[in-house]
Amino acid sequence: MTARIGVVLFPGTNCEHDIVHAVTRMGAEAEILFHDRHDLGGADAVVIPGGFAHGDYLRTGAIARFSPIMEAVRRHAAAAGPVVGICNGFQVLCEAGMLPGALQKNAGLRFVCAPVRLRVETTASVLTSAAEPGQVLRIPVNHFEGNYVCDRATLERLRADDRVVLRYLDNPNGSLDDIAGICDEGRNVVGLMPHPERASESILGSTDGVVLLRSLLDAAGAAGAVNATVPASGSASGSMPVVAGSR
Amino acid sequence: MKFEVTVEISRREGILDPEGTEIERVVPALGYTNVTGVRMGRTMRLVVDAADEAAANDQVDEMCRRLLANPVIEDYRISLSALETA
Repeated sequence: MTARIGVVLFPGTNCEHDIVHAVTRMGAEAEILFHDRHDLGGADAVVIPGGFAHGDYLRTGAIARFSPIMEAVRRHAAAAGPVVGICNGFQVLCEAGMLPGALQKNAGLRFVCAPVRLRVETTASVLTSAAEPGQVLRIPVNHFEGNYVCDRATLERLRADDRVVLRYLDNPNGSLDDIAGICDEGRNVVGLMPHPERASESILGSTDGVVLLRSLLDAAGAAGAVNATVPASGSASGSMPVVAGSR
Repeated sequence: MKFEVTVEISRREGILDPEGTEIERVVPALGYTNVTGVRMGRTMRLVVDAADEAAANDQVDEMCRRLLANPVIEDYRISLSALETA
């Protein structure tokens, strides 16, 4: 079953076509989902790509979380559907309360645009299931606000629950505990600052992002198979199973 | 009753303030060698129509928690004054 990837587009998002290109190249179907939609168009997995949603006004990701589509993303995540936020998408997921913590300005006030080395800390997430534990990946980052921060209790919980998905080997931004990516309690919502789609074919200088995108497509394929067996819920989102309440 | 509200948002203690740090680092270049504790923040001004000052304060406090500030990294301070109406 072909995985269907929904790629969320806010005003100011600018990496949506990169994701569409990368995942369609890998055999998935992709659809760009405008922020004013109330449904995911039957997507099996959602990517919130990088960019500057709503101009990063107020704080990065702060306005985007009020977009109608975020309610659909929330329902999808609550029903164990895969959701990945890349860069600005990670910031949106934190502001939306779907991932803990926040991303502040890089230490040293430096915009970082460079390939970085990452270590896969857990393979129990929708973004790393196809990777090897401890695998080192070379993937570019491109951000000003990638310095992850959270309170001590949250950090301890992330560590205890094995929810730090990726760590920097050479921390480029001052991020707490070298955190490059985390997942939620269900392990189906992942946020990361590096851009796997920019390391997805040899012409880009690295193909190390492919194993992450492959994991996502596998998770999407599995979610799609589940969706196909679940009767339509009668909601506006059609084939998406909907779980009442939010976490 | 209308209240003029000022919300001052600053980074929480212990949260890195790279802008404040950078400003503090360059100020001595101008000859001001006695400046420490520079913190960068932002200010919002709004007018709220509410029954009384407590109600206005409560509403803005809730707005701060839900949108205007990010409690993970930011503190906020609210000050209000009644706006004279002609």
